[in-house]
Amino acid sequence: MPDVAIVGAGPAGIAAARAVRECGKTAVVFDDNSCAGGQIWRGEDIPLQELRASTPVLGPWQLGCGRVILATGARELFLPFPGWTLPNVMGAGGLQALVKSGLPVRDKRIIIAGSGPLLLAVAVTLRKQGAQILFVAEQAPTRQLLRLARHPAKLLAGLRLRMELMGIPYRTGCWPVSAEGPDQLLAVTMRQGEETWTERCDYLACSFGLVPNLELPLLFGCQVRGGCVAVDEQQRTSVPNVFAAGEITGIGGVEKATAEGRVAGLNAAGKNAHNTPSAFPETLRHAFQLRQELKHLATRETIVCRCEDVPLSAIRSFDSWRAAKLQTRCGMGPCQGRICGPAIEFLCGWPADSVRPPAFPSTISGLLAEKLLDQ
Amino acid sequence: MRVVVVESGVIAGGATGSGMGHIVVMDDNPAEYALTLYSQQLWAELLPQLPAPVEYDPCGTLWVATDEEEMSGVHAKFASYTMRGVRADVLDARTVAELEPNLRDGLAGGLLVRDDSVIYAPCATAWFLRGIAVRNARVVEVSGDGVRLENGDLLHCGMVVCAAGAKTSELFPQLDVRPRKGHLAITDRYPGFVRHQLVELGYLKSAHGHSTESVAFNVQPRRTGQVLIGSSRQYGVESPAVDRPLLNQMLQRALQYMPRLADLSVIRTWTGFRPATPDNMPAIGSCPGRGNLYLATGHEGLGITTSLGTAHLLVDLIAHRTPRIDPAPFAPERLWRDG
Repeated sequence: MPDVAIVGAGPAGIAAARAVRECGKTAVVFDDNSCAGGQIWRGEDIPLQELRASTPVLGPWQLGCGRVILATGARELFLPFPGWTLPNVMGAGGLQALVKSGLPVRDKRIIIAGSGPLLLAVAVTLRKQGAQILFVAEQAPTRQLLRLARHPAKLLAGLRLRMELMGIPYRTGCWPVSAEGPDQLLAVTMRQGEETWTERCDYLACSFGLVPNLELPLLFGCQVRGGCVAVDEQQRTSVPNVFAAGEITGIGGVEKATAEGRVAGLNAAGKNAHNTPSAFPETLRHAFQLRQELKHLATRETIVCRCEDVPLSAIRSFDSWRAAKLQTRCGMGPCQGRICGPAIEFLCGWPADSVRPPAFPSTISGLLAEKLLDQ
Repeated sequence: MRVVVVESGVIAGGATGSGMGHIVVMDDNPAEYALTLYSQQLWAELLPQLPAPVEYDPCGTLWVATDEEEMSGVHAKFASYTMRGVRADVLDARTVAELEPNLRDGLAGGLLVRDDSVIYAPCATAWFLRGIAVRNARVVEVSGDGVRLENGDLLHCGMVVCAAGAKTSELFPQLDVRPRKGHLAITDRYPGFVRHQLVELGYLKSAHGHSTESVAFNVQPRRTGQVLIGSSRQYGVESPAVDRPLLNQMLQRALQYMPRLADLSVIRTWTGFRPATPDNMPAIGSCPGRGNLYLATGHEGLGITTSLGTAHLLVDLIAHRTPRIDPAPFAPERLWRDG
């Protein structure tokens, strides 16, 4: 039986595994993907001897009572707007993943929109594959983005990225208003300041930032603060023997994830290590804060819950998630609110409802299976 | 009469929102039979008015027998239903297999009760409440003047009906209504995988028994094509957390009847609390010596079915009309522990 169980083989999980190994202890890293790397290092063939690939962890019961490090990462935030469910409208990270898996985008006209540093990283990947990127549209206004100047190293990295993308306009204070079909994406209508215009394109890669994957931490009973797992400087959560690292403790990128993963790994392995929390996640949050106009893009007919086809008009009359769920089944489909939950929280102000097991859909055989760790 | 409904949580947020929404005639004893049959008829009368979100599905109940002993139970049930004018058919093993191909081989047969149905209860609840004042507050005390709310407000009223379900004992600790926890699991969409509400004959033993823990095979098709899997019963557990061993037991039981369930994807598991009484009968009626308090609670797993019968019975009692069924078995006074 390994000394430490790690959930998530992204940067934080990989760093944690290495730290545990350094201390002469054993770890196992579970991930539902077939390779290590998480989202940001997808397709980079990272060797990780402790990896148990294609093994999603459904709940605490599968891991027994040893030391656990949760590093389940983040997913994209989608906001509904007219046409957002058309074929070829997808998440920015989603399109990037498809392209890395072989989707051809050479000479395709692509708009990348939404919010966050991810948009630029996606632009780099798509550019490399020969896409014709019309522009990158960041909803945050320039003055808000200037807060990033507090972190010169990051700003420099950002500028370097910008230079790689020379020739691609980076429009700030700009966001999509609607996507037009009728059967698949043909054009996108954009807004910037007082201007509104429509642009023909083949793909719209659109997401509005990242949301921590809290399903498993919540099933463990970890305390959550401000939408993130609360941890101390040793990456301990409120649950004994359970640590958390990376995006789930605050969206902060690769360096934060790696640093926290390492500290969590060292502590889980019995060493004493401390992390100095950086102000970067907070700065990031302020710089890319979502503007109010985004709350008003969806019309009454716009679908907000894709699994159950629930339009905005159906949920508007309720005053809580639970009431809306019971009456409309919004959030009750296969994704269990993973896609619509954060959007509806933003649009309606409802805090997320409690999580129910399993953390991911599982066959009954999978639910009945023995623990993932041998005793 | 002017009515206000006081709800501390979300409308239909108790057992109504957690349960299966099965409308079923249960023949375990004459009182239960009378109430469920009366109620089912009332639901049938309401059918033309029920809006689409209620998702009324006349799928019927198929009681499943695994051996000859259970088959004689089927025949007894058939006789008792037929005597009361309830449409039922005894099915042999081959017919059961034709009607439900995903049930395992080697069953003995079954009983099909055609007029049982399934609804989506939360939407039915909202529909019943249309045009009725609902106050989102928690009642902490019931007195001769009315009800006192958590914030100190006193709602003056001439009559109080307590329909607090599993929370009844919070308000009236002396009333023998105890929460009985149940588990459910729901799958992704598999249209046609199951066509009727399927229930094992042993279900009644689980429902009417008093063991601390039991499971019974009970599976339901939903309009979405999702399969709803139950059932379990547990006394004395306050936590709503999913009890892994009991959930697994419930799922194993389901696999014994429908092995192909093993490969279906479960998207959610959850629990709910049924309001249970020692004699398995609900409490419907006035409470002598307690002013103008009426009870409509303690329905265990039959709350959705018997909601309409309960309502009509209660209104008849309040209006001093002769009710359509005998109210004596449901008299609340039998449940007051201080006499």
